[in-house]
Amino acid sequence: MPRVTFPHVAESYRSFKMLMEDLGNEVILPPRPSKHTLDLGVRYAPEFACFPVKILLGTYLETCPKGVELIVTSGGVGPCRAGHYAQLHKKILHSLGYPVDIVVFEPPRLYPLDFLHNIQRLNPRRMSYRAIYECIRRAWRKLQALDNVEKLTHKVRPRETIRGATTRTYRRVLEWIDRAYSLVEIEEAERSALEELQKVPQDPNRDVLRVGIVGEVYVLLEPASNLEIEEALGNLGVEVERSLFLTGWTRDNTWAETTEGLTVKEAAMPYLPELLGGHGRDSIGNTVLYAKRGFDGVIQLAPFTCIPEIVARTILPRVSEEHNIPVLTFFLDEQTGKAGMTTRLEAFVDLMRRKKAARRPA
Amino acid sequence: MAARVGIPCSLLYFLYYPTWKTFFNELGAEVIPSGNTTREMLDLGVKEALADACVPIKLYFGHVQALISRVDYLFIPRVVCLNKETTYCPKFLGLPDMIRHSFKKIPPLIDVRIDVREGCNALSKAYRQAGLVLGATRGAIVLAYRKAMAVERRFFSLLQEGWQPLEAMQILNTGIRPQKQKGRLVFAVLGYPYLVYDQYISVGLLGRLKKMGVEVITVENLLPRALYRQNDHLDKRLFWTLGDLVLRAAHYFLRHTRIDGMIHLTAFGCGPDSLVGKFLEMAVHEQQTVPFMRLSIDEHSGEAGIATRLEAFVDMVCRKKEVCL
Repeated sequence: MPRVTFPHVAESYRSFKMLMEDLGNEVILPPRPSKHTLDLGVRYAPEFACFPVKILLGTYLETCPKGVELIVTSGGVGPCRAGHYAQLHKKILHSLGYPVDIVVFEPPRLYPLDFLHNIQRLNPRRMSYRAIYECIRRAWRKLQALDNVEKLTHKVRPRETIRGATTRTYRRVLEWIDRAYSLVEIEEAERSALEELQKVPQDPNRDVLRVGIVGEVYVLLEPASNLEIEEALGNLGVEVERSLFLTGWTRDNTWAETTEGLTVKEAAMPYLPELLGGHGRDSIGNTVLYAKRGFDGVIQLAPFTCIPEIVARTILPRVSEEHNIPVLTFFLDEQTGKAGMTTRLEAFVDLMRRKKAARRPA
Repeated sequence: MAARVGIPCSLLYFLYYPTWKTFFNELGAEVIPSGNTTREMLDLGVKEALADACVPIKLYFGHVQALISRVDYLFIPRVVCLNKETTYCPKFLGLPDMIRHSFKKIPPLIDVRIDVREGCNALSKAYRQAGLVLGATRGAIVLAYRKAMAVERRFFSLLQEGWQPLEAMQILNTGIRPQKQKGRLVFAVLGYPYLVYDQYISVGLLGRLKKMGVEVITVENLLPRALYRQNDHLDKRLFWTLGDLVLRAAHYFLRHTRIDGMIHLTAFGCGPDSLVGKFLEMAVHEQQTVPFMRLSIDEHSGEAGIATRLEAFVDMVCRKKEVCL
């Protein structure tokens, strides 16, 4: 059985692990990115490479000594750097003496044959396409369940009456979804997980601010890379809505664009009519949409030196001014400290609260 | 009165200024370049642009700032793709938007989108749009376009003869070819045109090398055909035109020419260069025949620091050569 691993993106590893094992691979689980991961990544990655390159490289360097033969990851068609990560990682890992191969999934609508070829490489059991389809469907459903549960925590956390109750419950219910295997089980686990989360004691009358989060996909999805900003905001009494989830991103990048994707594009048109790769245009479009939906603020997360987000950040002050919505940007890298971020977040929340109070008729 | 069209002297200026200037002049417009980079421009740019942007972008903001009050139009094309395969850095793609939304008062931009993947006459269409903004007739635009393309061909053939863009622009203007000096060493200077040829931001790199008796070959001096055929040992072609050229040029130099040293000039925080630089380093490392140095510059680059490093590098190469002989 080939030993495979993949990047760590929040809780999604639970679904990918199931899929890979179903196809007959031995999975070496990527650990949650830690200080050690970053140290490894920073040591071997180019200095100005963006943050995700370093985290992913660190993750690979943690799993490779365990005998990984194949790394599964996603590609991209540019001009964002993310499309070249796999090639860069492969060269660096080879130069360090790890004989790994990388399977890169490019958008299947552009490279359908490559896609099938890649699937066959991950299919040592020689299952039929129909069986593979069933496996993917279950994994997909699990991914959706994970996303749905996470979405609910964003709503519950700012209203919880016991500090940390949501996070504790969330950790517990994740295990339920993790254990579910068949479609029926996954659905049932999802339902009971959602119910369990709703049972967390809440104060429905609390004055909760609503903040949209936009930015680059990896730092948005992986809490270890953004210093758990969503949890920190929830504890400050802010309901978070994230513009991207793994299921949404996958749909936009594999098959047809979703209607949500198209609306975002339209909203960004007056400011940035060009697709820059990455999520530069989405950041702008989503900010406009959040403003129209009456959100109290927007937070942009981006890795240091991220090209599309720098373009977006240059334009965002104008969007913020014209749509009257405060925007806070964090450029994240290995130097970002939790305390600095918390201070800025607290100040931002204060600002939004005062703004909201001023708007409300006396 | 003729319309005044401002062209910031940074980024693609070094490759396409003769083309653009001819085009607008033929349409009866007056072209106003922002001139050589100065300390003031850099300071203005640093103030206007985002702190996290790279130096070339900050510098471009400075050049725009210097032009704003003096022109009727600003020519800031959105150059997406010129070779049907690779695009430019995302910052080039969003350049007109960044400029438009960063300055409060700004003359109208001529921000035509140039993407040759759209069809076989996409380039002429883009120029037509630019001409129509100035109110020219279609016939005049066609003539101006043809003339501009002829100038572009002459300009690039001059570059391929071994002249640097600024010298080539002078030759185009005056028709006199300066004497070429033979140097004791030949260096390849790799890097993007807006860094290598900008005397201020590169801290006079080319001039310093010349003074030390070093001949310089740059990416623009190579034939595009030769570069296109280079195998750069990647599974996937690099997305960015300029980065792709730099990497291919490095492989070309390593394989086909005898150079004494290689200098890679890069800007602090340059996105594409973080990958291109690493690939380049690995390629040079594999061969182990050519001395290699990377110079990273930003808005604080000091003259003394760069000069010391350059001298040390040249000395090292000289000594190596003597030992080998």
